[in-house]
Order: sequence, then structure tokens, then C-alpha cells
Amino acid sequence: MNSTTLEHIRKSIITLIMFAGSILFLMPFIWMIVTSFKAESEVFVYPMQWIPHEWRAIENYKEVWLGESKFYLYYWNSIKVAVLTTLISCLISSLAAYGFSKVQFKASKWLFLIVLVTYMIPTQAVLVPQFILYRAIGLFDSHLGLVALGCFSVLGTFMLRQFFMGLHNDYIESAKIDGAGHFKIFYFIALPLVRPAVATYAILRFIWTWNDYQNPLIFIRSEKLLTLQIAIQKFTSMSGEFYSLIMAGTVSAILPLIIVFIIGQKSVIEGIAVGGVKG
Amino acid sequence: MEQQAAAVNAKVTTRKRSRSLQKGETLAGFLFVSPMLIGVSVLILLPILATIVLSFADWNFVAGWNGIKWTGFENFQKLFHDMQFIRSVRNNLVFLLAVPIYMIISMILAILIDKYVYAKSYFKIAYFMPYVSSIVAVAVVWQVLFQPSYGPINEFLKSIGISDPPKWIADPNFALISIMMITVWTSIGFNMIIYIAGLQSIPKDLYEAADIDGANTWTKFTKITFPMLSSTSFFLLITGIISTFKVFDIIAVLTQGGPIGSTSMMVWYLYDTAFVNLKIGYASSMATVLLLFVLLITWGQWVAQKKWVNY
Repeated sequence: MNSTTLEHIRKSIITLIMFAGSILFLMPFIWMIVTSFKAESEVFVYPMQWIPHEWRAIENYKEVWLGESKFYLYYWNSIKVAVLTTLISCLISSLAAYGFSKVQFKASKWLFLIVLVTYMIPTQAVLVPQFILYRAIGLFDSHLGLVALGCFSVLGTFMLRQFFMGLHNDYIESAKIDGAGHFKIFYFIALPLVRPAVATYAILRFIWTWNDYQNPLIFIRSEKLLTLQIAIQKFTSMSGEFYSLIMAGTVSAILPLIIVFIIGQKSVIEGIAVGGVKG
Repeated sequence: MEQQAAAVNAKVTTRKRSRSLQKGETLAGFLFVSPMLIGVSVLILLPILATIVLSFADWNFVAGWNGIKWTGFENFQKLFHDMQFIRSVRNNLVFLLAVPIYMIISMILAILIDKYVYAKSYFKIAYFMPYVSSIVAVAVVWQVLFQPSYGPINEFLKSIGISDPPKWIADPNFALISIMMITVWTSIGFNMIIYIAGLQSIPKDLYEAADIDGANTWTKFTKITFPMLSSTSFFLLITGIISTFKVFDIIAVLTQGGPIGSTSMMVWYLYDTAFVNLKIGYASSMATVLLLFVLLITWGQWVAQKKWVNY
């Protein structure tokens, strides 16, 4: 047997072991999906039934979505907040990233430093004053307030700045010679060139905003304005022992993320690797 | 003479022009960064100052602005005698152990995926899934899996002969460990991706040279891979430690700090004090302590970085 065949065999064995490991790793998800299709009486049957005896998939999801729990409403709220936050955050962060990397002005360095320092501050350390401020200016208990909390992202600015810095200055110089101002250069030249980076950041921002639990918990009071994450938790404590329904709810909450992630997985993984970002 | 004057003239005009150009640049610069700056100032910088100021006050939110009483360092003195706060800090410190655990697992997975398996992208996606999933949904699922009397995990443990399995999140001795297990599970994906990126930046010729010298896999790992990954590890260690001080969602959904305070962390206690008990001043002093912890770690990063990181 030559060494390359040996190599192949070794690689195959490790792949198999890793595959088994990944299944174990994904087990909570698999369990969640299977359970969401089951009748309540079957949820805790042991040994586990990986294929439900009695399919209640449609009934369970119908109950969660159209029943008393008003999932459609919370879904819509989450979509609204996440999409708006993503769009505005991309705009603000890419403007700032361009300003900090491609416009030569004196204050740039220390202004950027100030922005970076704020990243170190745990969000929880500023919650109370934010809460007081929001009450005072009327942003409390509104979707607009949630969007405002999410759209000034230091991480986004930092990440996009890395990409803008990678752009060759010649592009900008030659555009300037042709008489273009910075806003024209930004919009027509720089932004299109870093579009993949903006898309990566957009996906990440969407995921983080969709998953945000803390801000809606503190800044939203009205039942009809709740986002999905809070709704899921309320639903869980409300439906008590109806685990099949709870799982149908959690599957519904995770589904959009999985779709977004699978569509953009390559750029998400690369973006994480390049930016080293943690949300 | 005339030529000279013309040259001086020209110099002056270019200087003037460059000055006005510089002015334009500065204006443009400020315009580009101002939305971000305004947001950061209003939502983070001013609030952080307010937090520090409020930490010297005794204030119940319901009492209104006139209810503020300035008490100096009283809040901080109280904090150091508050058993629940001390317990929360201790839980935070125990929780730190999760960081090296998930880093080691992530590093092993990253090395295996980078070099020793087929279908790399499947594995990247599979191990990354918990990171992108909402922590609330994930916590709810684990809550059911950990159910003490008939949950799947304990059913399994009973079936392999463990007659008295732990009660997991319902047991004060196991609750924190259970939360740490879930954190390990959700953090592996992120750390692994960063490690894979780190591995890919190691020059291949190092390994080729080691091959020529007849180095075995273990030697290559200890002499090349591990040292070359030190800056990545350092980055992950710091971000990991800082993130353990921010753990909130999973506690809020799963245990609410209980049973009997066994999973209370600084941030949870802060939230409970501020938004449940409405003691704004006391909560602000906790936030200030939290801020000090994070600053201390960040400062430690700069000192330690020089000592043991290979670039």
C-alpha cells in the first residue's frame, strides 16, 4: 500500500469520526425539529423516537402561528426591526468607515480611537442611563428606539474600515483629479468595490439583531410591539408543558436565521475570519 | 527677479489652495463620521458618564428626579458586603473556566477540519450552527433536554446505569456547570472559524522544512502550529474573557440567577437590581465595577501581549 492510499484511509476515518461528532453536536437542533412534529404524548417517550409515530406537524405549527400566541405579529415586528437596523447600520457604518480610512483629516485618528474605546464598554454598563434617556425623549417602548440602539455599530465600522483600507488610494486620487467630491467617490467608486464586505456585515447584523434579547426585554413594554425572542420566552412560560408547541415556536424563530446563514454562509464565515468579530 | 517673484506667487497660491483643500477634506471627514459619532456619544459615551455619576447616588427610579440622594462611596462599600454580589462575582470567575475549555476543543476541531477531513465546508457549517442560532431558542431547547425527571439527557443517563443523575439547571451544584456546557457548545463555532483562519496564515514551508528534518506530527504541532497560533489564541482568550462578563441572555431565559443564586452573575444581578428592584444608584455602582473589570482585562492584554505572543 502506498502512502497516498494510506493518507486517504486515514482521512476517511477521521472524517467519519468528525461526522459522528457533528451529529452529536447538532443533536439539540435535530431533537427540536423532530419534537415540533410530534404529538405531546410522544415527546418524552424513551427510547427516543426519531421519526414521530403520529405526525402533528401541521397542527402544531398552525396552533403556534395562528392560535392565541399571535406569532405572525411578533414575526413581523422582528423582521421590521432587524431589516431597518441592518439597512441603517450598513449606511452609517460604511459612511464612517470611509471617513476614517479614505478622507485625510487631522482629527481622524483620535476620533476613531474614541469610537473604538466605546466597543470595550459592556452594553449592560450603560443600560440604566439609556433607559432614563429613552423615557425622557420618548423613544421608550417603540421600534424606532430599538433600531436606534442597534444601528450605531462600532464593530461594523471597524470591520468595513479594514476593507476600505484595502482599496487602493489611486482610485480615489484619480477620481479627485476628475473633479469628483468625496460623496461621489464614496457612492460610485468605493461602496461598489466593498460591496461583498457590506453584504457580509449586513448578514451578521441581521442575525445579531434578530437574536437580540436584552434590548427588547428592557426597552419594549407593549405586548403588540414585542419581538420574537421575548415572545418565545413568554410563550414558553405560558404554554407550560406543551413542549411540542414550544419546539414549533423555537423552530420558527430559528428558521429565518438558518435560511440567511445558509444563503450567505461563505461570506459569513469569511467575514468572521477576517474581521474576528464577536456580536 | 521677476521670475523669482512669480515663483513665490505660485508657491503662495498653491499653499492657499492646499489649505482650502485641507479644509474641504476636514469638512468631508466630519460629515462622513458624524452620524456614527453622534450615535456613539449619545448612546454610549454620555450614558457611561451618567453611570459613573449615578453610582454615587441612592435613587429609586419611582421617586423621580427629586428623590436622588448623593451618598458618596456608600454604594461601593455596600457592594463589598453584599453576599449576593460577591457570589455573582465568584460565579463570573468560575465561568471563566469555560473559555480555555472551548478554546482547546475549537483548536482541535480547527486543525482536524483544516487538514484531515473531507467535506470541510459541511463541518464548518455544522459546528457554526449554534453560534448563529438565537440564544433564547437554544436555551429553551436545553431547558427541556435538561428536564430532571423525564428529560432526554437524564433518560439516557439512567439507561446506561446512572441511577441518580444530576438535576442539572434545577440543582444548585450543577446549574452553573450546565450553563457553562451550553456556552461551550455555542462558542465553539466562532472560535473554530477564527482558528481555521489562523491556521491558513501559517506559511506552508515551515511544515515542509520540518518534514525534511523528519519531524513527526506531534513535534510539528508543538513546535510550529501551536506557537504560530499564539496571537489567535490570545485574541480569542481576551474576547472570550470579556464576553463571559457580559453573559446575560442565557441566564435570563434559563435560570434567572437561580436556584438559590447559584447562577447569578454580575450582569444578571445588575439587571435585577436596576429593573426589578428599581435601585438605580446601586445598580450603577455595579455597572462601574463591571466597567473596571473589563478595563483591567483590556489593560492586562497590552501588558501580557508583549510577553508571550509570537507574530
